Amino acid sequence: MALVEIKNVRKSFGALEVLKDVSLTVEEGEIVTIIGRSGSGKSTLLRCINGLEDIQDGEIFVEGQQVHAKMKKLRELRQKVGIVFQAFNLFPHLTVERNITLAPIRTGRVSKAGARALAEKVLAQVGLSEKIDAYPEQLSGGQQQRVAIARCLAMSPDLMLFDEVTSALDPELVGEVLKVMEDMASRGMTMILVTHEMAFARDVATKIVFMHQGRVWEEGPPSELFSNPKTPELKSFIGSNH
Amino acid sequence: MRTLSLVDLMAFLEGLQWTLVLVVLSFVFGGLLGLALALLRTSNIAPVRWVASAFLQLVQGVPLLALLMFFYFGMPVFLGVEVPSLTAVTVAFSIYSGVFLGEIWRGGIQAVKYTQWEAAASLGLSRWEQFVFVIAPQALKISLPATVGFLVQLIKGTSLASVVGFVELTRAGQIASAATFQQLLVYSIIAAIYFAICFPLTQWSRSLEARLNGTG
Repeated sequence: MALVEIKNVRKSFGALEVLKDVSLTVEEGEIVTIIGRSGSGKSTLLRCINGLEDIQDGEIFVEGQQVHAKMKKLRELRQKVGIVFQAFNLFPHLTVERNITLAPIRTGRVSKAGARALAEKVLAQVGLSEKIDAYPEQLSGGQQQRVAIARCLAMSPDLMLFDEVTSALDPELVGEVLKVMEDMASRGMTMILVTHEMAFARDVATKIVFMHQGRVWEEGPPSELFSNPKTPELKSFIGSNH
Repeated sequence: MRTLSLVDLMAFLEGLQWTLVLVVLSFVFGGLLGLALALLRTSNIAPVRWVASAFLQLVQGVPLLALLMFFYFGMPVFLGVEVPSLTAVTVAFSIYSGVFLGEIWRGGIQAVKYTQWEAAASLGLSRWEQFVFVIAPQALKISLPATVGFLVQLIKGTSLASVVGFVELTRAGQIASAATFQQLLVYSIIAAIYFAICFPLTQWSRSLEARLNGTG
């Protein structure tokens, strides 16, 4: 059974249809990178996978469970699916430790006593152990994004979604975040990313999905797609990103 | 006729005590109502928002004095029993406070970026947990200056309770004034007492606002 199954999904914002019959399968351990121009529907597709967006037609299954079903089920599902946003979305009124441990404590994954150790563990994974007592506003963008990743890791997710996570960062801070993501990839985490980092897509991804006008236009391994694009749209997209 | 004496000052303090009782009760019950209204007004379910909004429009469109009269004279009619004036005025001021606090807090909740709800939801927190742990603390910080500002309005507003015979600070002043005919002196003292309570609160509200804008 595939970890993520997206079947014939349609999604509209008012009269504007942004996803037109999208189907996609992601196996466990795969690193899938969704590329495409702005407005091609890639971020929307990602947000549908953990139910942040509802859909008008089709079905999405994560670990065999339907995403757009009951709210209680969706909450359980979200505990296994981490998402990292472009704008970090840390909780500004809470310390790094509390940002990380809030959900694990509330969902009963860790006791209050064991929470700090959990925060220390995931912060070590993103190289920010010394920031455990800091507030988000005291951190650089790159550090905030790494905390956001650590916050997801604390839930021990089976799947991680990344929504243009380096787009809001200063160029010199992009590398530290990509490195953390590479580490996760090498540990076998299943990941779906929306990104404009073509080098990262080429080097780390196991599958590239090119979206165009709300459809999956082309998909395949990076070597194949980048060196031998079949459609003129992908050809021109790759051309404009070099 | 007699001159103003220590006895009158004692009566003012007793009146002040009832003013404060009324303020605290109205703020507590009004706060609960306000919280409920703020949550209903920011609900995902449209009809819930409409009902809360209609209630709010109704109360906001009625003068506070009319609200007071309505409950003071209305409650015995509708409930069929005499109610103490404290009860009647507390109900009126609680509803009045609830509507205003509800609007202030709704503004605070809506000032928190929607992405904060999303981030909390994505971690598997329930809607209530999202509100309590992520949204409310931020909304409270944003709303605090306006909330304290409203408290000052409420303290001064409770003087209206004097018209239905509830002996709070202003009513105590009226009684002393009628007995002594030293109106100017009496009302100057009453005003000074209100000022002594409200001024520090106003200052506090201002400093909160400055601090909030500073760290914004």
